[in-house]
Amino acid sequence: MAMPSATQSPLFTKEFYTSLFENIDGENIKTCLQCATCSGVCPFGHVMDFPPGRMIAWMRAGILEEMLESDSVWMCVSCYACTEVCPKEIPVTPSLMTRAKEEVLLAGNVPTELQSALEFSQRYGNPLGESSRKRAAWIEDLDFEVPTARKVRRPVDVLWFVGDYASYHPRVKEVTKAFAKLLKALEIDYIILGGAENSDGDSQRLAGEKGLFEVLAEKNAKAFSRCEFGEIITTDPHAYNALKNEYPQLGIEYPVKHYAEFLVERLEEIKPLLKDNGKVRVTYHDPCYLGRVNDIYDEPRTLLEAIPGLELVEMPHNKTTSLCCGGGGGGMWLDGFRWEKAEARLSEWRMREAASTAVDVLALACPYEPPRFEDAAKAIKGAEDIVVKDIIELLVEVMEE
Amino acid sequence: MTKIVVLAKLVPDLVEELEIAPDGKALDMMWLRLLINEFDNHAIEQAVLLKEAVGGEVTIISPDAEGVDDMLFTTAAKGADKLIKLVGDFEDMPNNHALASAFAKVAKEEQPDLILTGVQANNDLDGAIGPLVAKELDMPYVGYISGVTLEEGGVIARKEYPGGLIGEMEVKLPAVLGIQASEEPPRYVAISKVRQMMKSAAIDEHDVPELADTGGLPVNRMYLPEAAERAEMIEGDEDEIAAKLVELFQEIGVM
Repeated sequence: MAMPSATQSPLFTKEFYTSLFENIDGENIKTCLQCATCSGVCPFGHVMDFPPGRMIAWMRAGILEEMLESDSVWMCVSCYACTEVCPKEIPVTPSLMTRAKEEVLLAGNVPTELQSALEFSQRYGNPLGESSRKRAAWIEDLDFEVPTARKVRRPVDVLWFVGDYASYHPRVKEVTKAFAKLLKALEIDYIILGGAENSDGDSQRLAGEKGLFEVLAEKNAKAFSRCEFGEIITTDPHAYNALKNEYPQLGIEYPVKHYAEFLVERLEEIKPLLKDNGKVRVTYHDPCYLGRVNDIYDEPRTLLEAIPGLELVEMPHNKTTSLCCGGGGGGMWLDGFRWEKAEARLSEWRMREAASTAVDVLALACPYEPPRFEDAAKAIKGAEDIVVKDIIELLVEVMEE
Repeated sequence: MTKIVVLAKLVPDLVEELEIAPDGKALDMMWLRLLINEFDNHAIEQAVLLKEAVGGEVTIISPDAEGVDDMLFTTAAKGADKLIKLVGDFEDMPNNHALASAFAKVAKEEQPDLILTGVQANNDLDGAIGPLVAKELDMPYVGYISGVTLEEGGVIARKEYPGGLIGEMEVKLPAVLGIQASEEPPRYVAISKVRQMMKSAAIDEHDVPELADTGGLPVNRMYLPEAAERAEMIEGDEDEIAAKLVELFQEIGVM
């Protein structure tokens, strides 16, 4: 029996360079000015052998193999900082960096930490390696019922796509439970998928595993098709991005909202529920996939400003210049690798800014962030007393007695 | 050309909760999810590394189980040349004596120079597969191997010993090695490559009409760990403790 041999060398050839033109706005890469703004704004550009600008220069010169010797692409956090500032509107993150990761991954050059997360995602439908049967185990901690698709067999208004870290991570589950309380208080007619939900796959896709992303998307599509609902909501900007921008390319199309959009629509119902718990100085960290990627900057701030006594202040990097927490593009699964390369954590950089802004609270809107920033707060002088909370938690806190 | 055969099996996935079957003597297969035995995964990696280093042909043999096709196609994407599935009465997970006998018969047909398998598995109740297969085929066996170099007519196998010692030994071929760890961590293959293999690779099915009924252990009871009463600490000097132990052993009938 003859079998095709597996390709072992990555395809950083001329074909790779020209394949980039196929992406949306991909041809813009031809107009690169070599201004190196991308490399300068990249939070890990200083430790990359091949930051984006240099990658483009070398590819144009036809020198491709040297790029393979390097593992720089695994430093990319897919934060879109480069894409945001590029004067020629080159889709650096979605096209160049993501495609480069795909090629390196196809060649089998995957850091071991990342490998486990990908294998877990394939096997259990979540990168944490937890049993898929326990995906909705967090609902057992609540003293009210969270409606699951299996129990509620009728059309509903809303399908809440819970997401991986929101389902399993002990710290993030607190946010998830708070959101369930909020939905209950607002009398939202909703369901969750429970064990039938799979990882949205977006971070796996951005870590170069496009095939895995497609498998996960197909599984979610199957689960969606068994329910009747008006729209999808999620607390996870990565899931939001997948459902809004990537799933439709696979023919999976549903209206989707991040919770910030969903709650702002109900602001007049929420406001009377909020009590004044005294003055508090808060700053907000824009998640990459809510802000830069999907242009949602105002809604989270509107929610925070609705809290009586809350003073909202901005950090030096905010909105389009927001700093990455370090969790994107597979970063949640590359902490060790990146520490070895850079001896720096992006979350600590951010926490230093929060400390210099002299706030009581760092407010968040992404499930990757609470554990990352809580850890950073412990490590940064002056940040020890900063409370790290999701906007949902801040809202629910002032709703309760 | 060196012919390398890897014997691999799927074992209960311990991420999922294990349930005991109604008869109280086995795991409930209905609730079981299976995954490749981690040590077998290392054996596969070691085989592919050897093939990449000196050439050769790698054949993977695995008994039928839910998910085994995916596992086999994954090994093909890693570099395995031939995939064999043993088909027969494997539903209830046979004991290792029966499985080793089935493995040995099919492996023999391949006329292997080297047989690799994981040194152990989480469901080995009646000994490990490696030595049982070696006995069936009358080949030498060395276990706890964490490195293999192919040489003319033999291999240099590196075996781990307690205390951080490593022994290097020459093993004449054909031989069976129980792999503790491959020289490199098992590689990742992109799903798109596995999917490609699903379309292009073939799995040879070998019928195993009857499983050997020798060996195996009769299981009286299988149960989850139970909270027990606290251990009794025997007081006294060495002689007193020894005397008390003898008394206790006699009492429970093991002496």
